[in-house]
Amino acid sequence: MSNTEYYRRDRNWHPAPIVPNYKSTVLRNPQRPLLSLPQSAVDLAGPVFGQAQLDPLDHDLILNYGTGAEAVGERIVVHGRVLDQNARPVPGALIEIWQANAGGRYRHVRDGYLAALDPNFGGCGRVLTDADGKYAFRTIKPGPYPFRNNGSDWRPAHIHISIFGAAFTQRLITQFYFEGDPLIAKCPIANTVADAAALDMLVAKLDLENQGPFDHLTYRFDIVLRGRRSTFFENRPEGN
Amino acid sequence: MTIEPLNETPSQTAGPYVHIGTLPSVAGLKIRTQEKLDVAAPANAAGERIFIEGTIRDGAGSLVVDAVLELWQADSKGKLPGFWGRAATDFKTGLYRFETVKPGKIAGTPDAPFVTLLLFSRGLNIHLHTRMYFADEKDANAADPTLKAVGDPALAATLIGARTSEGGKTVYRFDIVLQGDGETVFFDI
Repeated sequence: MSNTEYYRRDRNWHPAPIVPNYKSTVLRNPQRPLLSLPQSAVDLAGPVFGQAQLDPLDHDLILNYGTGAEAVGERIVVHGRVLDQNARPVPGALIEIWQANAGGRYRHVRDGYLAALDPNFGGCGRVLTDADGKYAFRTIKPGPYPFRNNGSDWRPAHIHISIFGAAFTQRLITQFYFEGDPLIAKCPIANTVADAAALDMLVAKLDLENQGPFDHLTYRFDIVLRGRRSTFFENRPEGN
Repeated sequence: MTIEPLNETPSQTAGPYVHIGTLPSVAGLKIRTQEKLDVAAPANAAGERIFIEGTIRDGAGSLVVDAVLELWQADSKGKLPGFWGRAATDFKTGLYRFETVKPGKIAGTPDAPFVTLLLFSRGLNIHLHTRMYFADEKDANAADPTLKAVGDPALAATLIGARTSEGGKTVYRFDIVLQGDGETVFFDI
């Protein structure tokens, strides 16, 4: 196995640590610059997750709260591929998601938003990518909700998503939004991503061709994790 | 022709409700209640059984009570893949706590034993990455290239967990300061 490093993270493509319009960033980020290090053996390895650790309904948030009844809301499937920066699929990647219910309320002991809980919705899911890096969840479209920031700011409908690649240095947690939502442009958190093309990577696209007829709409969200640099002195002319 | 790598998907904050997807029972969900992700090394793992605990404070000195940390390390013989764990800071006390085994030195590297820690929370647009080295590894720490690169001993000290004993258990205390006086060293790796 090669110990080739992964591409450095482009910290200007990612959101800046402190973005004053998202107030929680101001006191929670270091003042000193990050110290750049070479990637160690620990960074180049990562935890391996298997199907045995998952429940068969983990990828189905309409049913997986275990009450036997279905969650209320706009029925959707979100699917896509996990690739690395070299456009190669990442198989066996653990994806975890969490989200508010159709009314914008989270099932969390610290969420006090007045919208009602749905007794049949937990808002937690997970899935492993297949050999082609593909994944799919069935869920309901989350509602927008207000949060205390500049007075009452509103979050666009979004789903939180956490991804483990093959190496711990590929670790990523982000959120995705839904095509056409006018709240994206108004959201202080979405707009911590300064580059319009970068923010567009976080917008799931309506995939009408792959709808479930008379059942659900489908959205497509592809994910790109860090990729490995090429090495030219191994017996691998096609790259690694 | 120039071949450009694809852009990485940009990060966004894990937010205040990160527990729902990562530690659902902490959020209050009645699912996966048997999961003990804060125990990184299984009970039968070889090596010295240890705990790592501490708090996280922000630039105003306030406890960060809504963070999730992930731990990743080599096993006690310095072999990979090693052990991964996940723990939340307590909503009241702000304490996080991992149970694991002390990692060994990785053969063929100059690195002292360490555990990697990633921090996720509201207000972190992209996770923070730090390491905890072990106070009782003085010789290995003195030769460690990362601690040398940090330079200033006061800064390097922010990366060292203090070895303590609590009721017969070995506990490394590792308090993290996100900003200001005593600010922990964070890495771009």
